Amino acid sequence: MTHETEGASQDESYRGTIAAPAIPKLKPPLINPVWVRVTHWCTALAVVLMVLSGWRIYDASPVFHGLTIPPQWTLGGWLGGALQWHFAAMWLLFASFLAYLLLNLFTGRFRRKFFPLSPRAVIQDLFKALTGRLGHQDLSHFNAVQKLAYISAIIALIVIVLSGLAIWKSVQFSLLRDLMGGYDNARIVHFCAMAFIVLFVLVHVVMVALVPRSLLTMLRGR
Amino acid sequence: MTTRKKTSLLIDPSLDRKLILKDAEKELKLPTRRLFAKRALTLGGLSMLTGCHLTDEKSVSTFLTAVSRFNDQVQGLLFDPHKLAPEYSEAMLTRPFPFNAFYDIDSVPEVNGNDYKLEISGLVQDKHAWNLSELYALPQTSQITRHICVEGWSAIGHWGGTRFSDFLQRIGADTTAKYIGFKCADDYYESIDMATALHPQTLLTFTYDGQTLPPKYGYPMKLRMPTKLGYKNPKHITAMFVTNTYPGGYWVDQGYNWFGGS
Repeated sequence: MTHETEGASQDESYRGTIAAPAIPKLKPPLINPVWVRVTHWCTALAVVLMVLSGWRIYDASPVFHGLTIPPQWTLGGWLGGALQWHFAAMWLLFASFLAYLLLNLFTGRFRRKFFPLSPRAVIQDLFKALTGRLGHQDLSHFNAVQKLAYISAIIALIVIVLSGLAIWKSVQFSLLRDLMGGYDNARIVHFCAMAFIVLFVLVHVVMVALVPRSLLTMLRGR
Repeated sequence: MTTRKKTSLLIDPSLDRKLILKDAEKELKLPTRRLFAKRALTLGGLSMLTGCHLTDEKSVSTFLTAVSRFNDQVQGLLFDPHKLAPEYSEAMLTRPFPFNAFYDIDSVPEVNGNDYKLEISGLVQDKHAWNLSELYALPQTSQITRHICVEGWSAIGHWGGTRFSDFLQRIGADTTAKYIGFKCADDYYESIDMATALHPQTLLTFTYDGQTLPPKYGYPMKLRMPTKLGYKNPKHITAMFVTNTYPGGYWVDQGYNWFGGS
């Protein structure tokens, strides 16, 4: 956008030929409003920081014996550093994800974009996707598989926050602790929610690589 | 720009300039878009975030420490002085209860109970040092609670001793002070907030599972707080002081969160 204006001002003849008829600027419709983009990227950054530091914390006392994360994939350097990252990034996750949820609810975007959603539609679209017949012409519209994936990711984020709170404050948030089936079980829930989110991110990134235009809609909105 | 200039000069004015320009724009933008998308998606970008080099940056470390101190305040607000940690039955005890310290079990300090004294200082009226028989004569209670380690594991243990809030009252401690600091025979040191010190489940313990506290669990005395993580519970305590000056702690000074509450 910027180089276009620069070019025009440098080149008078160019501007003369083009600007004279006063063509109305045709902007493609806005798909992702600015709050969706800001909360999406803040949440994405928070998730990356939380996962990488969380892996380091996990390694200090693995929930599943024999399953450890290679330290070079983790953030924080040691348990104390990882905890500092984890409990700093949690505020970013909390703020951006809460803003995302509330704005989605209050603007009606949630209802508009994610519903209606039926199991039948999911199976149909999944079949189409697997046979390469699922179109992506209209990026403002989610297909049923996308709807299910995004809703699942939102639920997983809610579960990971709640189980995280139950682990962090197992005495103060006794209701959450009991909901998670006790302190030790809350760690298993937290781990499983993490695994789901990591899987979601991997599939999400592959899908974006297959339909690169979708990345643009999340960067400049259109 | 040159492509576009040529196009605009060569075309017949009757042609749809708008559409031609649009096509030209697409041609220009697509390769860069693709390249950008490819770069943004590489895992190399993500891997920049990992490793210790980021933590070594002084400004990052200062920021993280500031957030950790902010989290101390938040936890102070979340702490409910009447909320009790769950208690368990004998049958649920973790056996053997794990030994954990910043040294090996071979290096556990040997404290001689006969000449042991608990020194008291700071904002208290009665600063006399306590010997073990005086401490054992205090009203005793016990609890079976979950010990949660900062590493994530937990174990259920059975501790016996005297309520710390009663003890603070007995020595005339200024309970409006902010901190209580501890010094230990194994050179460990730790400090806690007054609200947790006054919590009904905070015990000055002398026994483990009905027996005199063994050296590995902190003989002769361990402060047991089921509302705090393991590293906040000092063992082998030899001195305590009440203060308004932040005393820090062995692990806390290396980066663990000071409040460390659960």
